[in-house]
Amino acid sequence: MESLIRSPFGSPVLIRKAYGEALVQLGAQRDDVVVLSADVQNSDFSFMFEAAYPHRFINVGIAEPALVDVAVGLANAGKVAIANTFAFLFTTRALEMVRTHVCYGGANVKLAAAYAGLSDSFDGPTHQSISDLAILRSLPKMTIVVPADSLAVRKLLPQVVAWSGPAYFRMCRNELPQIFTECYEPEIGKGITLIDGEDATVIACGVMVCRSIEAAQMLMRKGIRLRVVEMHTVKPLDVELIVRCARETGAIVTAEEHSVIGGLGGAVAECLSQCAPVPMERVGVNDTFAESGPYSELLDKYGLSAHAVVAAVENALERKLASSPHITSEVFE
Amino acid sequence: MIASLAGQASPARVFACSAPHTAEMITDLSLRSYEYRAQVLRMVYERKSGHIGGAFSIAEILACLYFHHLRLDPANPGWNDRDRLVFSKGHACAMLYTCLAHRGYFPVSELPTFRGLNSRLQGHPEPQKTPGVEVAAGPLGHGVAIASGMALAARMDGSSRRIYAILGDGELNSGVIWEGLMVGAKFALDNLTVIVDYNGVQQTGTTRHIMPTEPIADKWASFNWHVIEIHGHNVGEILAALDLSNEIHGRPVVIIARTTKGKGVSFMENQPAWHGGVPDEKQFLSALAELEERTSEWKV
Repeated sequence: MESLIRSPFGSPVLIRKAYGEALVQLGAQRDDVVVLSADVQNSDFSFMFEAAYPHRFINVGIAEPALVDVAVGLANAGKVAIANTFAFLFTTRALEMVRTHVCYGGANVKLAAAYAGLSDSFDGPTHQSISDLAILRSLPKMTIVVPADSLAVRKLLPQVVAWSGPAYFRMCRNELPQIFTECYEPEIGKGITLIDGEDATVIACGVMVCRSIEAAQMLMRKGIRLRVVEMHTVKPLDVELIVRCARETGAIVTAEEHSVIGGLGGAVAECLSQCAPVPMERVGVNDTFAESGPYSELLDKYGLSAHAVVAAVENALERKLASSPHITSEVFE
Repeated sequence: MIASLAGQASPARVFACSAPHTAEMITDLSLRSYEYRAQVLRMVYERKSGHIGGAFSIAEILACLYFHHLRLDPANPGWNDRDRLVFSKGHACAMLYTCLAHRGYFPVSELPTFRGLNSRLQGHPEPQKTPGVEVAAGPLGHGVAIASGMALAARMDGSSRRIYAILGDGELNSGVIWEGLMVGAKFALDNLTVIVDYNGVQQTGTTRHIMPTEPIADKWASFNWHVIEIHGHNVGEILAALDLSNEIHGRPVVIIARTTKGKGVSFMENQPAWHGGVPDEKQFLSALAELEERTSEWKV
């Protein structure tokens, strides 16, 4: 099988530019796509769509509740409304509209969430978004997709637009290395095994995919074979794949650019506790607001480095070995 | 009378959109507004839950829209060129459901299931459950912004369909309403008509006391909306205002309809307690008697 990941990674690409280009391409393919912004189109690069299709672009001003409500009105007429603003604003200021009119009302609205995680690094915690997955995961009918590189943006955005019903597309503000080869064919709702391994599994999304791959390479040098799974769809969760990984590798680590509470780690923990309890560790922001600073260093400081993934895997492995029947029987002997 | 309504097999009479506003039409719509109030009273009384006051204040407005003004096809609720009605004051949905049932969207016999288990008629409107409901509503303040999105879509489609939204006056307290006003004005949405059911009473008191909104006409005008003020229980005025709203070019239109909360039942009128109050048996019978009396007055 052709490898899904590049070795070495391709040079970094600005994710929001990849998004802008993907939007323009969608505009050419589908005339039912309408793009809305709360006056941040030059931040998230939806201005590229505005330039190409000015009559299908709506700027509602700095008014996120109206952004989502107007999108709901457009969806009522059969448009695929793609609302654009910062991730934290969808899940704080506009949350009522997302819950009531988009999810409960079943509106075919897509929330394109820019500047997610810590990626608006210099603007600081007011603009960072580490609770959005936890908030949105609890909303019935919501689908959550997190692309991990520019190719993933290009391949997943059309699927999100074609998806029936509410969806949240969570994007990094910055450059990310090109991880995937052209063989990468993501499908909403299906996790992807990028690297096989039998000692433990890391399940990652977004920026933490490339860091988890790096962690696997570091662990390989220590003789530990880490399976790397990309879980680009946080909801609906690929329960079958997670359970299989738990049974086959016996230890699970999650890695995400989000609070350790309620995001991908929370989702996987809920799944494992019910279906396949195994030692599990969560890599994420440890229930704290972060701070301003350069992106990569900020990720490192708040526990999202490849080294943090390595440490979590080692912890999980230690617990796995401590709880294995073989060790237990030795103790009783 | 209630029994005869529940047993009604065919939808109520509809006056074509193009029909002139005859005395017969005005009488018919006024009369059925009282019949529908009785229906709502029965629904809330039997479920021991619901919102009577704000449902009674919009009876004539909804009757004019659903049985004359709106271009609809109940047999084909998804027809994309239908006019849209955004029912922003979702709590008053017992009256909306009553109109939808009599317009033929679902059987009138389904109305008593309102707010019960397994019903399509939720406590607040839900578009995927109830035919004829356009958007979810209940949390207040969203009607103008959602309707603006619909109006933008109609313009993109080159469609002549028109968009209507019904707001309560209490929900004008909410900030998102004013975001919607700015959107409507920015895009000069002259295919949009908003109707404010200005009954002057909200959940815990008068709007004047809770959060003063006057001068309300000036506020809308200063946001670049065309303002029409009417008596909201006068069917002739409502019909004329709706027609006029379709003739205004370059600006969205708001119709400020001065109404009475709890209209039609003397002990409920203008009383905040009847925003969400449920009548006991004595009150129910007394209210029903009053509504029947008003109905028979129109029959004369």
